[in-house]
Amino acid sequence: MSIDVIIEGIGVWSPALPGWHASQDVLTGRAEPVAAAGARPAASLLAPAERRRAPDSVLFALEVAQQAAAMAAREGSTLRGVFASDHGDLAINDYLCATLAQTPEQLSPTKFHNSVHNAPAGYWAIATGCMASTTALSAGDCTFAAGLFEAALLARSEDAPVLFAACDLPAAGPLADVVSCRTPFAVALVLSPRRERGGAALRVATHVDSAAMGQTRPSTLAPEPALLHAVYGDNPAARSLPLLVALARGDRQTLTLQAGPRLYLELEISPWLN
Amino acid sequence: MPARIPPLAITAYTATCAAARGLDALADALRERRGGLKENDLAEHPLACFIGRVAGLEETRLPAGFAHHDARNNRLAWLGLNQDGFLDTARALRDRYGADRVALVLGTSTSSIGETETAYRHLDADGHFPPEQRRDVHQPHSLGMFVQDVLGLDGPCLSIATACSSSAKVFASAERLLRAGIVDAAVVGGVDTLCGSVLYGFNSLALVAPQACRPFDAARCGLSLGEAAGFAILERRDSTNSHMHKSAPVLAGYGEASDAHHMSAPHPQGLGAQLAIEDALARAGIGPADVEYINLHGTATPQNDAVEAALIARLFPAATLASSTKGWTGHTLGAAGIVEAAITLLALERGFVPGTLNLETPDPVCGPQVIIDNRERAVDIALSNSFGFGGNNCCLVFARAQAA
Repeated sequence: MSIDVIIEGIGVWSPALPGWHASQDVLTGRAEPVAAAGARPAASLLAPAERRRAPDSVLFALEVAQQAAAMAAREGSTLRGVFASDHGDLAINDYLCATLAQTPEQLSPTKFHNSVHNAPAGYWAIATGCMASTTALSAGDCTFAAGLFEAALLARSEDAPVLFAACDLPAAGPLADVVSCRTPFAVALVLSPRRERGGAALRVATHVDSAAMGQTRPSTLAPEPALLHAVYGDNPAARSLPLLVALARGDRQTLTLQAGPRLYLELEISPWLN
Repeated sequence: MPARIPPLAITAYTATCAAARGLDALADALRERRGGLKENDLAEHPLACFIGRVAGLEETRLPAGFAHHDARNNRLAWLGLNQDGFLDTARALRDRYGADRVALVLGTSTSSIGETETAYRHLDADGHFPPEQRRDVHQPHSLGMFVQDVLGLDGPCLSIATACSSSAKVFASAERLLRAGIVDAAVVGGVDTLCGSVLYGFNSLALVAPQACRPFDAARCGLSLGEAAGFAILERRDSTNSHMHKSAPVLAGYGEASDAHHMSAPHPQGLGAQLAIEDALARAGIGPADVEYINLHGTATPQNDAVEAALIARLFPAATLASSTKGWTGHTLGAAGIVEAAITLLALERGFVPGTLNLETPDPVCGPQVIIDNRERAVDIALSNSFGFGGNNCCLVFARAQAA
């Protein structure tokens, strides 16, 4: 059983990949990734006051969502939204848990409402005036693949374009003892059920390897270029890198993403057509 | 408007909350108007309020092979799975369809954050997690990982976390997986537990009532937090086990929409909620006059109930009955969707409509739909509303098999 969609728009943001167009040379291996120290996404969609209040999880997700929607030439308000993150906003979780251990009565109401896993979805809907459905999900290490599958299936089931954004952020405070992520990474795709404009065809199929027992298959899962893998290998949202590299190269490619302990997504990517 | 969907059979379901463990006890508690809200006695979170606490979780132990998943939320998941024979029924799906042909879609807003809070209270001298806390539970998908492990499933597995609509939206995700033929069955559900984050978080927003919550009362002053677990199994009605499927109640529709208004306050006219309800009715192929009962979101916060009551009065005829059951359960957040789905299914299957516990004087904004007392009457078609932070709205349509 496979699902066919068209990728109409792409967004990416990390300190070394500041936008889809600006990242082409790095993704195709023509340039080395150079991380701008202390760089943060502009997320210009947000009003200045909201941008100051918004947590990083929101800034990153909205930045890439905005890029992808602009590339697809679609208004954000017309897109259903699927927002995926393994851990959500770890800096907020660190704040919540540390404050609860010391001075629970002083918990910040703004931090609390920003702590919900669907905060990026909520801010996106508010910023774009989107009244369509939005969802937020997690599937551990496999969050990117699980979110991509949910989004592709939603586009086909509803026969409507879908914004898919995945973002994970560095661990903060003592949470770094149990969360390995050290680099921020966000990616977004606009997926359409049919070809209406430029885009790359994506076929997604699931495959269960009942003998896999949760082991990854390095031969098919190793992202390229290796340098990017070294930088972003700890970030669940960066599991999107093989797909981004394939899109940047513009080749016809098949690749495999782990989507569960024994579940895999087989992706078939066709060259971009205008 | 969306196209009509083929109804899905709900071949099993269960719920565990402060008022009851399992469906029979829950039906009794509803009929006898015994709520589960009590004064907060959680020693580690001494906030003066009422809570809907599930007794005995402190003593609950996960079986040896699953002990690494230990957290209050996963203990409640285990307790919930062990009611109404649900665990055996769900495991049998694996044998009938194959582990890869069964999806698992669970909703939660807290997941195991309570366990992370515990770790922070017991950091070592250098500010690090103690060894016993260096486990995989400190993440939103902790619930999904645990239940997937327990049920031995290999199909798509997701934790949906859209605050208080989480475990309503699981029905929508599962329906899409089933309609596309990706899987032959889906286990859906949700679990949320009391923890410091939600008690002090809702307190910081001045949304927690000092006494047991009073949904839709003119004098309501906030919600009571609760904890709960619930699960359901969805299958296509044309599947092999047709005898069971023909008599099972159905998921007839669902609707999802966003407010695009505010992170923690509802749209003043309830526009996102209205879109979700209209979307759900269209998918079910019915109109407002076909709806006999609505289990409302009804949190008992001043704003939610004012907006929701006005919306129901505007959209539905006077004959539609509507109530909030949060006076029994408290607001169980990410589990509210599945618990209230179970209550709605009980209403369909057992022929009674729960009223609204702790409601004495309805807010003047309430239409004739909002009821205080229980009613003994047959119900063929009913809705369940769930609205969450971020303006995330979901409405589910359930129907008796004969009405589908």
